[in-house]
Amino acid sequence: MTNDASPVVALHEAVVIVGGFPLLSGVTLNVERGSLNVVTGANGAGKTSLLRLAAGLDALTSGSGSVVGVDLASGDRRLLRRRVGWLGHEGSFYDDLSVRENLTFAAKALARPLDEIGDAVARVGLSSRIDTTTRKLSAGQRRRLGLAWLLLRRPEIWLLDEPYASLDDEGRTFFDALLGDVVASGATVLVSAHDPLRSDALRPRNIVMAGGRVVGDVS
Amino acid sequence: MIRTAWLVAAKDLRIEMRSRVLLWQVVPFGVIALLLCGLALGPAHAGNSSAGPGLYYLVILLVTLLMINRSQGVERRPGTRSSIATLGLDPAGLFLGKSLALAIELWVTGLVLLAGAVLVLHTALHGAIVALPSILVTLAALSAAGTLYGALTAGGEASATLLPVLALPAFAPLLIAGERSFHNALHGGALLGWWVIVVVALVAYVAMGILLYGVLEET
Repeated sequence: MTNDASPVVALHEAVVIVGGFPLLSGVTLNVERGSLNVVTGANGAGKTSLLRLAAGLDALTSGSGSVVGVDLASGDRRLLRRRVGWLGHEGSFYDDLSVRENLTFAAKALARPLDEIGDAVARVGLSSRIDTTTRKLSAGQRRRLGLAWLLLRRPEIWLLDEPYASLDDEGRTFFDALLGDVVASGATVLVSAHDPLRSDALRPRNIVMAGGRVVGDVS
Repeated sequence: MIRTAWLVAAKDLRIEMRSRVLLWQVVPFGVIALLLCGLALGPAHAGNSSAGPGLYYLVILLVTLLMINRSQGVERRPGTRSSIATLGLDPAGLFLGKSLALAIELWVTGLVLLAGAVLVLHTALHGAIVALPSILVTLAALSAAGTLYGALTAGGEASATLLPVLALPAFAPLLIAGERSFHNALHGGALLGWWVIVVVALVAYVAMGILLYGVLEET
């Protein structure tokens, strides 16, 4: 287990190779508990791969690392996945189920109380769409459903891949406020984005990636 | 494991009820295939032919392959797989749930096609009723084997064509035993030996699925 002083994410020369292609080619990075971190870089820089490694979705090929105290080389990645929250940029749900049914499935799988679903949906502004089939939601609404999913889960670390894609200005403002609340609650957030965050209030750490490596780090 | 199995089975069946792929695509396809079999035999031979059980199981094989692809496809949509992976569901429960849902869908389809066989192939109604228990067990075994092989092939780019190639050798003993049971129910003959083969295969595939599904999911 981790203590409060140890980094939530600790990577040393982490390499990830999938299908013979190097996605990460030696990442060394520490992420502190309760911090907001934005990973920026061009397409193919390794932003998504870094988040997937931290989520336990891809295996570490060489190097060493741990996330929430789980060793990435020798630990049980299934246990790690239960403790992280992942929001991919493609959408993350069963299209033929409604908002409520998707969240109910997640809540039951994680043994979370079902009465928290209403609060999570209200928090992301989807109450009027709670019985709408996910297929019929707009891209921005699907992203809000993803956030409701994470609010329900209350993970120790939020891994958000391109969360600003498909969001209008109102959505971005809402999302910035939500990130602020999440960090204030003590959770750690790692966000991938093409550009640094626009919000002055959040003051995130900006991690710059290129060619599967961290090439810049501005707090 | 059992809780996860019920959760996943209920989710898969709910998706099926919403999308109605079974009702509007798979069952009509099976009925048309059965009709074509009847036409191939010709009206003079359909009622007397001993090919009825074999043709029935040939159509069952085709719809089973469609339904396995459908069952796995629901989980493999971009983003869905990653998000569901972070729920950390017990793989054995996941396997049992998907197998159970597939079995229920196959039982419904199998009953419709059995009625079709009586109408189109003029299979004797009494023989079809006697054969029904063996058909249900054979379809359950096909579901377990199909879910296992579906997971094996689902990650590949050519999964739709790879599945039949890999699964047919595994399905062959089930189809032969099922056809022989059906044939003997219609024309007289020992049923017990074929029953034993199907039941042993069902137990073996369920055991393999419980043990191996997690490994297949990870790879």
